[in-house]
Amino acid sequence: MVSRINAYRNKTTDAAPLAAFRILFGLMMFVGIVRFWSYGWIDKFYIQPKFFFSYYGFEWVRPLGGYTYLLFFICGIAAICVALGYRYRIAIILFFLSFTYIELMDKTTYLNHYYFISCLSFLMIFLPANAYFSLDAHRDRDKAYGQVPRWTVDAIKLLIALVYLYAGLAKLNSDWLIRAMPLKIWLPAQYDLPLLGNLMQREWLHYAFSWGGAAYDLAIPFLLFYKPTRWSAFALVVFFHLMTRILFPIGMFPYVMIVSALVFFDAGVHHKILKTLSTIFRIKKEKADARIRNKTYRNKTRTPMLIVGLFIAFQLLFPWRYLLYKNELFWTEEGYRFSWRVMLMEKAGYAQFKIVDKKKEAAFLVDNTDFLSTFQEKQMSTQPDFILQYAHFLGKHFTAQGHKNVAVYVESYVALNGRLSQPYIDPKVNLLEQEESFGAKDWILEFKDEIKGF
Amino acid sequence: MKLWSFICIGFLLFACSKDDGTGTIAPPKSGFDRGAMLVNWADNIIVPTYTSFKTEAESLNNAATAFTNGPTEATLQSLRASWTTAYISFQKVSMFEIGKAEEIRYRNRLNIYPSNTEKIENFIAAESYDLALPSTIDAQGFPAIDYLINGLAGTDIEIVSFYNTNGNAQGYKNYLGTLTETILQLTTMILDDWNAGFRDSFVANTSSSATGSVDKMANDYIFYFEKSLRAGKVGIPAGVFSEQPLPENVEARYKEDFSKQLLLTAIKASQDFFNGKYSNNNTTGESFKTYLDFLNSIKNGEDLGSLINAQFNAADTQANELNDNLALQIETDNTKMLSTYDELQRNVILLKVDMLQALSINVDYVDADGD
Repeated sequence: MVSRINAYRNKTTDAAPLAAFRILFGLMMFVGIVRFWSYGWIDKFYIQPKFFFSYYGFEWVRPLGGYTYLLFFICGIAAICVALGYRYRIAIILFFLSFTYIELMDKTTYLNHYYFISCLSFLMIFLPANAYFSLDAHRDRDKAYGQVPRWTVDAIKLLIALVYLYAGLAKLNSDWLIRAMPLKIWLPAQYDLPLLGNLMQREWLHYAFSWGGAAYDLAIPFLLFYKPTRWSAFALVVFFHLMTRILFPIGMFPYVMIVSALVFFDAGVHHKILKTLSTIFRIKKEKADARIRNKTYRNKTRTPMLIVGLFIAFQLLFPWRYLLYKNELFWTEEGYRFSWRVMLMEKAGYAQFKIVDKKKEAAFLVDNTDFLSTFQEKQMSTQPDFILQYAHFLGKHFTAQGHKNVAVYVESYVALNGRLSQPYIDPKVNLLEQEESFGAKDWILEFKDEIKGF
Repeated sequence: MKLWSFICIGFLLFACSKDDGTGTIAPPKSGFDRGAMLVNWADNIIVPTYTSFKTEAESLNNAATAFTNGPTEATLQSLRASWTTAYISFQKVSMFEIGKAEEIRYRNRLNIYPSNTEKIENFIAAESYDLALPSTIDAQGFPAIDYLINGLAGTDIEIVSFYNTNGNAQGYKNYLGTLTETILQLTTMILDDWNAGFRDSFVANTSSSATGSVDKMANDYIFYFEKSLRAGKVGIPAGVFSEQPLPENVEARYKEDFSKQLLLTAIKASQDFFNGKYSNNNTTGESFKTYLDFLNSIKNGEDLGSLINAQFNAADTQANELNDNLALQIETDNTKMLSTYDELQRNVILLKVDMLQALSINVDYVDADGD
């Protein structure tokens, strides 16, 4: 076993896939930042709201007021530097830190694919992605290599495969497969789609998409790994993600996944990609090729591989933490995030908070729009950790306003995947007496149905 | 494996192309026709309702002119009758805050209460005001007229004599005239816009996006029901959002015995729109109700349309228990007001959570990525 690991550790591969991946990733991220900025979302999501929902343990991460723009600026510049391979290590660390900080500022905007970007950029810190076709290699001949350890490319493939596989496993549940939910809700709304509009209202199509989607997620990693099916698998990747792009508002994610899937191809393909980029940007690829000859990049220590190994192991285990909670995962969302559960739920909620003076028994209701943006209110009303954090905020706010003996109660209803709305949080529990933790939240009312499967 | 993925692609391509090939042969409507719903809303409900409200607004304006030309008890009573009829008629258009109405913030211009009487008095004294300014919304519309025709004195004789003898009687007359004229003018503007072309673009915009007519209308409708009807007419005066009840915040507070009728009219109008009932007769067309019924035929879930109608009825029944004067009701027995609020609130949940989920409409469509 040890000898096999050592043998694997010493295996090398062409540096081109890593270089192409680095360039395309950097460019995508830069476009993503520019897009986010140009839509005015920095202001809308991180400046305007009066209150931000932080992640447990990361309460210290907050938007920086006007400096938030600087943060995005740094992130964008870092992305460009990554693409160029200019001071790559610093650039990718800076990108990882700034991007992750942005995501941690408010969990309202949590998306699996933002988490995916954070994971990927963390991984890339430990990979010699600047060994070839980079400014670093151009500036310093000693930093140019034609071969890199094989595990460095495999790590990216493994992470992508894991995302698909876990996303596929998560779809193996009764709502998705038996009830074709939530696609049965989402697809008929695509009423005016050219050609497909009418089809979107057919029940068989909802099932076809549900089962097809699950099969796609489960099969695609293997189809990409296996050389004979690789090209057709890639065609499927393109088709699938473009389809999701048409049907759902998922921003840059489809393109990121399409580009990422290229990493599965052999070096020849990547040399062609780099050649094309060379032509567009009038770079002499031959010059870069001449520098590398047969030089092989070797890690000086075992640390990078060890960290990446631990990271992958963590990724393998972390999504299963939901098994530690006895309640229905979709209902309580304990252990739901950071687990590649993508597009699984249509959840809508309504949360009416009540501020009570415990001594006087006087009470009044809160107008959520006084404190939250519509986006925040929407996210808050279906997720218990949001509700709790907001309740504590309200408690502090009204106490500071001079109200005494404040208790905060919520009357809330949630509808999940087309079921009739049910009471969500126990209305008799003073939320100020509850604290956020990894423990089970026993103040969430029982889900009056059962969802079988993962 | 290669074969498998080609089969998969082939299947999906086949699925896509099938629609072109057989679309004309298959029965044309196996889906719900959102276009037909929009046509029903526009042609049978919204435009006729605005049209009849405009007629009432004209009568109101004429009655105000007659009164200011010759303030007598007779002209006052005729003005008050016109105001009452118009105010009731307005309850049926208030929820259609879309297009031009949204642009000019129609509801804010016509029905912000309680009125700021101090502001009104200052405007009259200064004889200078711009009712288009957002800061003046609590000094105009039906509530301000209420003050001028019901609130200046205790009896009709006193009110009439106020308009005859007050040092600045002309100022009051002018302001009253401006108020009724503004209502008519804004309403005409909206109706003209519907007739000029907004109707066509509204009906054509069947898309399901932030700007799609169904999404916008659903949001506007629910916003109205939640904020203006549930909170404005019942919740706020009953003290649901404050530590103490605020009976002075009822609608039409100076008319006193009128607030319940306005509430009942609004509940009925909301339910009628939900069911797609024509404004002029009892025919019903495509509506949220029929849309939910169609979607339910795919989903086999709860009969949401019936649940919502049952809840409308429950709210109506509860509201019928109230005193004609809601302020009096609050002061004597607020629990009935609170029960009415609860029934309305139950429907907010059914509409905002369950109906919007069934229709796959986002609450105030959030412009952000999802995953």
